[in-house]
Amino acid sequence: MAEPAAASTAAIYRRLVAAQVRSQLSYRVSFVLDLVSNVVFLGADLLTVLVVFHRVPVLAGFSLADTLLVFGLASLGFSLAELIVGSIDHMQRHVRTGLLDAVLIRPLGVLWQLLVLDVGLRRVGRVCSGLVLLAIAVRLAEVAVTPANLLLLVITPVVGAVFFGAVFVATATVAFWWVDSGELSAALTHGGRDFTSYPMTVFGGWFRRLFAFGLGFGFIAYYPALILLDRPDPLGAPAWLGWCGPLLAAAAATLAGLIWRTGVRHYRSTGS
Amino acid sequence: MGFVTATADRLTIRNFTETAGLFRTLGASGFRRFSTYRQATAAATATNTVFGFLRTYVMLAVAGSAAALGGQAAGYDAPQLITYVWVGQGLIGVVGMWGWTELADRIRSGDVVTDLLRPVHPVLGYLLPDLGRAAYALLTRFVVPIVVGALAFDMYLPRRPATYPLFAVSVLLAVLVCFAGRFLANAAGYWLLDTRGVLMGWALCAGVLGGLYFPIRFLPEWAATALYLGTPFPSLLQVPLDVLVERDPPIGQLGLLGLQALWAGVLFTACVVVQRRAERRLVVQGG
Repeated sequence: MAEPAAASTAAIYRRLVAAQVRSQLSYRVSFVLDLVSNVVFLGADLLTVLVVFHRVPVLAGFSLADTLLVFGLASLGFSLAELIVGSIDHMQRHVRTGLLDAVLIRPLGVLWQLLVLDVGLRRVGRVCSGLVLLAIAVRLAEVAVTPANLLLLVITPVVGAVFFGAVFVATATVAFWWVDSGELSAALTHGGRDFTSYPMTVFGGWFRRLFAFGLGFGFIAYYPALILLDRPDPLGAPAWLGWCGPLLAAAAATLAGLIWRTGVRHYRSTGS
Repeated sequence: MGFVTATADRLTIRNFTETAGLFRTLGASGFRRFSTYRQATAAATATNTVFGFLRTYVMLAVAGSAAALGGQAAGYDAPQLITYVWVGQGLIGVVGMWGWTELADRIRSGDVVTDLLRPVHPVLGYLLPDLGRAAYALLTRFVVPIVVGALAFDMYLPRRPATYPLFAVSVLLAVLVCFAGRFLANAAGYWLLDTRGVLMGWALCAGVLGGLYFPIRFLPEWAATALYLGTPFPSLLQVPLDVLVERDPPIGQLGLLGLQALWAGVLFTACVVVQRRAERRLVVQGG
């Protein structure tokens, strides 16, 4: 009986998503504005990079084309993660308003329900512009077309998506213990994206070590980009680190899953 | 058929003491309200601090590259950029850049009707608690990033004593401009059912064009001038920070303050006009 059950579960999710899509499209002006803002938000980060390079030709040893490649890999991975799990950002609201209580008594996975309850349709725009940007960056940086490079170009955004997705879920779990945690999760999600968007040589000291190795953000865009650019790491790390992303993403996803389960198990309703 | 206004007669200022008492009470209510959100304050301060590090390193790399070429980055040296970033991170909470949806929420739920029944003009009724909120943020969210930044990096300290009072005035004007901008973005709710897009547009412009992501002076001069004169956004962060790091001579600092005051005047006039028009067309949905 497993198969019909799985099929009907899929049908339920399909209907939930369809209902969300319909409801979001019904406020048309707002939806368009939302979609545009989302594309422009990527534009804002891109603008920062361009403005910086308007002032200086080289940033911490990297040219504009090289930096754009790092930026493109990071932002495509991030926007994919945001499209799929970004709505988990509203976790605090779910805990505070008691929506989570309702979700918990339904016979479907808690995390999946929360994700389909607020499908980020408007964030599709950001993924598309991320793809275009990465394609342009690959051309500008004159990445050699080899099978290995093509493989790396495909897996790096996927690794980024899984990794950032894990960070989204893990940091949203804070809301189980700390309801009013505000934008704290943004420090690691958006902060992590900002860190991965620039060549690591920009950052210094303990801060770089913490974000690159302690939290793992160094493997999302910087090391793969070095392989694509065919240049050694100015900081002296071996080139094969660029291929470690999938292992790291798997570990991050597992860890995030464990943190999430612990959170759900310790959930106590706020009573509202 | 003429219009019937549902609003009560508003504040007739009888004497100074009464008005001062009202201002104090409403301001204190904002201060007390936000001082109860201790967890949220701590979380926001921590986030601002992390972004302080991220932005400082990018700015230091810019200053480093510019210095290697024997120049400065748009007239800022490295210590000035460090002060710019960290004080900017502190000011985010003080001016209240984004995240305020109270008015839009109340319009949507219909609660805004009770605001119209109060004997205080709604703009003033929201402004005074916001000033209280800013005062609380000044004691918490402003201080922490600056202390962390000062411990971790070499910050620029103003050389002219007059800069400190000028900075204080500039911060107050920034709070006023930001409040008026947020009020207008929220007031779009009188005409639109879902204001998320408008509020997001506000957040985006405030961040990018306000000088948070990068100093506006990094742009080509014509673009920077157009933004200063044509939009209120640089008045939110860029102007107070430029005043503080003494990017311009004293006369330039005064000019920037004048510009801020001008924008505050324009936006508050717009708030009053928009509020009046909104009250004319407000249809309260039952429930």
